[in-house]
This record gives sequence, structure tokens and C-alpha cells, in this order.
Amino acid sequence: MKLNYVIDKNNFDMAGEASSSVKKTLSKLGVSPPVIKRVAIAMYEAEINAFIHGGGGTASAEIDSDKIVIIVKDSGVGIADLELAMQEGWSTANEQVRKMGFGAGMGLPNIKKNTDELEIDTAQGQGTEVKMTIYIK
Amino acid sequence: MKVKELAEALNMELVTSAGMDNEVKGVYACDLLSRVMSGCGEGDAWITVQTHLNVLAVAELDEAACIIVPEGIVVEAATAEKAEEKEIAMLSSELGTYEICWRLHELLS
Repeated sequence: MKLNYVIDKNNFDMAGEASSSVKKTLSKLGVSPPVIKRVAIAMYEAEINAFIHGGGGTASAEIDSDKIVIIVKDSGVGIADLELAMQEGWSTANEQVRKMGFGAGMGLPNIKKNTDELEIDTAQGQGTEVKMTIYIK
Repeated sequence: MKVKELAEALNMELVTSAGMDNEVKGVYACDLLSRVMSGCGEGDAWITVQTHLNVLAVAELDEAACIIVPEGIVVEAATAEKAEEKEIAMLSSELGTYEICWRLHELLS
């Protein structure tokens, strides 16, 4: 099963809707709650990053019997220094976003912690594609 | 303890009428949404000063029992409406976060 979503940069209020939708689908399919929680955290963080840093984009979730593969893609500014971005506490988010409780520099570290495989394809000025795989044990 | 019992015990205002029968299993207080995403457990009463629409997705994904807004902070009408639509229980209190935590600890113990 494959689910596709558009992350509309003009509708930040809706951030998290794609993750909520995937979570509901996984619940209906009977996937175990700990796996659903990991998917929800990883996908939510990637979705928020696409809003805040990527100017919107797309998200997809491919659900198989043994794994869930989520791809969040944006065409924003890209990540200049990925190693730095993976460090907890490092953030380039602006003041306005920080006041809303985002931009704590936990997005990518949270994704790393909650996925079994993580591939990030990015370069400055070329957008970012985050591919997250979580196995259903 | 149910959300409505908690609201009554601490004299909290009901921002929504939804989710009042949710069972409160614990308490979590934090305003950094990434930390809440990973730290708030299913059935927790989540205390936060954030009242914008994005808190609803976090509460929904975490399956929080309710959101409690402290210090008499006014919840935006759009957030209250959307919370009702999403069936998320939302309460507001004149008390500060510390006092809410302390009283909830006593109530839930």
C-alpha cells in the first residue's frame, strides 16, 4: 500500500496531517503501537522540517508486511553541513518558529533514533530527500 | 481518572467538550514540540503554553489524554475549534505548570 501527500508550504497549520493519516492507517492495519510511535515521530519530524526549511514538498509512505518506507522530499535550500545538522541542539530555524516550540535541533536526531535505516540526499541549493525505513518486527 | 474528573477537581475551564472521558494515565509538561513528540506518552495529560494549531497534531500523534494550557493563557478560537473537530480534549487553567503538576501528582497517586 502506498500513500502520497502534498506538504503545502502555505498551510503550516496543517503540518503533521500526513503523519496523522499514516498513523491512523497503521493502527487500522493492526501494526503494533511501539512501531507506530516510531513511524509517527520520524515522519512528523521530517514533515515539519519540510515545512520549516524546505518550503513544502511531498511525503509518501509505502507499507509492506515487513517494513514501512517513508520518503519526505522538498525543494528548499538543502542542508549545507549534514554532519552538523545531525547533532542534537543544532538548528537553523528562525526566531518565529522557535517561539512556536519548533527549532530545538532535535528533528534529524529524533528521526535517526526512531528509524532502522535513514538515507538523506541533500546539497546546498538542491533540496532534501529523507528516506526512512522502519521494520515491523 | 477521566479528563472531566481532573478538570472538575482542579476547577479547569473546558476549552473543548470532546475527549472528556479519556483516561489520564500520567502527566507530561514541555513546550518544545520535538521533545513532546518523543517524550509524551499515550494517555498523558500534556501541559503546554503553546496554543497554536500545530500542538493538535502532536497531541493526536502522541495520543495524549488532553492538553492543559496553564497560567490562564487564552486559547485561540481556531485552535479550540480544530481541537473539537479532531476530538482532542483541551483544558485551560489559571494555575501555573508547577502547581498543576504537583496537584495532578497528588490526584493520580
